[in-house]
Amino acid sequence: MFHIHCPYCGELREEQEFHPKGQAHIARPADPASCSDEEWGDYLFFRDNPRGIHHELWVHAAGCRKFFNITRHTVSYEILETYKMGEQPSFTAEHPRGNSTEAASRQAQVAQQAGVHV
Amino acid sequence: MQRYSGFGLVKHALSHHENWQRQWRNPTPRKQYDVIIVGGGGHGLATAYYLAKEFGVKNVAVIEKGWLGGGNTARNTTIVRSNYLWDEAAALYEHSMTLWEGLSQDLNYNVMFSQRGVLNLGHTLQDMRDIQRRVNANRLNGIDGEVLDAKGVQALVPIMDCSKHARYPVLGASWQPRAGVARHDAVAWGFARAADAQGVDILQQTEVTGFKIRDGQIYGVHTNRGDIEAKTVGCVTAGNSGVMAGMAGIKLPLESHPLQALVSEPLKPVLDTVVMSNHVHGYISQSDKGDLVIGAGIDGYNGYGQRGSYPTVEHTLQAIVEMFPIFSRVRMNRQWGGIVDTCPDACPILSKTRVKGLYFNCGWGTGGFKATPGSGHVFAASLARGEMHSIAAPFSIDRFHTGALVDEHGAAGVAH
Repeated sequence: MFHIHCPYCGELREEQEFHPKGQAHIARPADPASCSDEEWGDYLFFRDNPRGIHHELWVHAAGCRKFFNITRHTVSYEILETYKMGEQPSFTAEHPRGNSTEAASRQAQVAQQAGVHV
Repeated sequence: MQRYSGFGLVKHALSHHENWQRQWRNPTPRKQYDVIIVGGGGHGLATAYYLAKEFGVKNVAVIEKGWLGGGNTARNTTIVRSNYLWDEAAALYEHSMTLWEGLSQDLNYNVMFSQRGVLNLGHTLQDMRDIQRRVNANRLNGIDGEVLDAKGVQALVPIMDCSKHARYPVLGASWQPRAGVARHDAVAWGFARAADAQGVDILQQTEVTGFKIRDGQIYGVHTNRGDIEAKTVGCVTAGNSGVMAGMAGIKLPLESHPLQALVSEPLKPVLDTVVMSNHVHGYISQSDKGDLVIGAGIDGYNGYGQRGSYPTVEHTLQAIVEMFPIFSRVRMNRQWGGIVDTCPDACPILSKTRVKGLYFNCGWGTGGFKATPGSGHVFAASLARGEMHSIAAPFSIDRFHTGALVDEHGAAGVAH
């Protein structure tokens, strides 16, 4: 069972309140009508499926009902961070330990909510 | 290969069963093969077997990073059926069904294929309309099927709650009598033994770490036991297919998810068919050993960890107890997860790629076990001829750009 920190509610809640909605940060083509079949098919059907760090869209369905993003490891299932729509992740495949002080503060926030002292 | 028979059993009994031949060799990899199959699951082993037996390609290696029967082949809930809605899918799964029907004899290995029938329940009027449509489509394709009402279902499964007082009353079901279950690890072992007898090298604990590609043509693979060359490579790696494709610079429209299953303590015979419900979302059968074999839906998030979350298990058991209140106090013995590669249209990918000689057989998602012999057979035909078999052709990766999807998702009353 995941305990997920909703960045809008500011609380750690149980997984059952949430639904995963697939890969995050997918931009809809600005002008769908001018897309080639290749581009449109890629947009509709082709998703990142990494063995490692993955950025995902989740919705707090039984809570505030807002969408937000999670960076999670797909083998260990560890949640590295949660962040609001429009924000960028701190933990990426290139920077698996986080690339800024922001990363540390987000993790500290999650840990504090979980009652863990870091 | 030492053939199995009743006489053999008696003969070996005289020497206390201590002299049985090993079922397959443990060969040292050769430098070169005609065909390499990556992935020693059911589909990969079946591909190798049919390549050697029916298509005359004997110089074949199956490369498996773990051990045989360690992945999804022995993690599924063993259900075999072919009642799919669309012609393309029906042809593929029915082809498999006809192979299942003679498989134990063909492999000289008892895969315990038991045609005990499958019920797909309907709980709403729309469910029943979909069931009627699907059964009619099945019959037009020569696949057996009947529409049953609640009384008919109750007669087949007396222990199920078919009353009007259930929270989601059973209105009826589709019934495919030729469907059933098979012993899944025996399927892996049977294909492995039969392929080995045809001269196929099964290389366990050998991990493919990359593909050797030159001028758009594959000519081998890198492994942790050295490079192995072949001009034709079939990748049959289920949940890991996206990662394998990435090694060849190809992106597949797959997402890997955990799919969980569980078995109960052994019980006296109580359920002699397979019951599936898409609406309350659970499926159940009873193995010959007596344990209830239970499964349901995937965990919604991507994962490679071969485990899922408890809320999914809870949801599954809620569905089972909803259908079978009699099972409410049955204790569960074991629970596990496997990683399934789901496709957007819930149909597999059997396809060439833009790398010449590199083929993929993947995307079977939550329902690949039933297709094991058929998938192996048409994939072997495609690898041997260099052209996709007519049954496999509609499942090309191109369909995600042309739009010619085989949209079984939701349409087939399939428990996904």
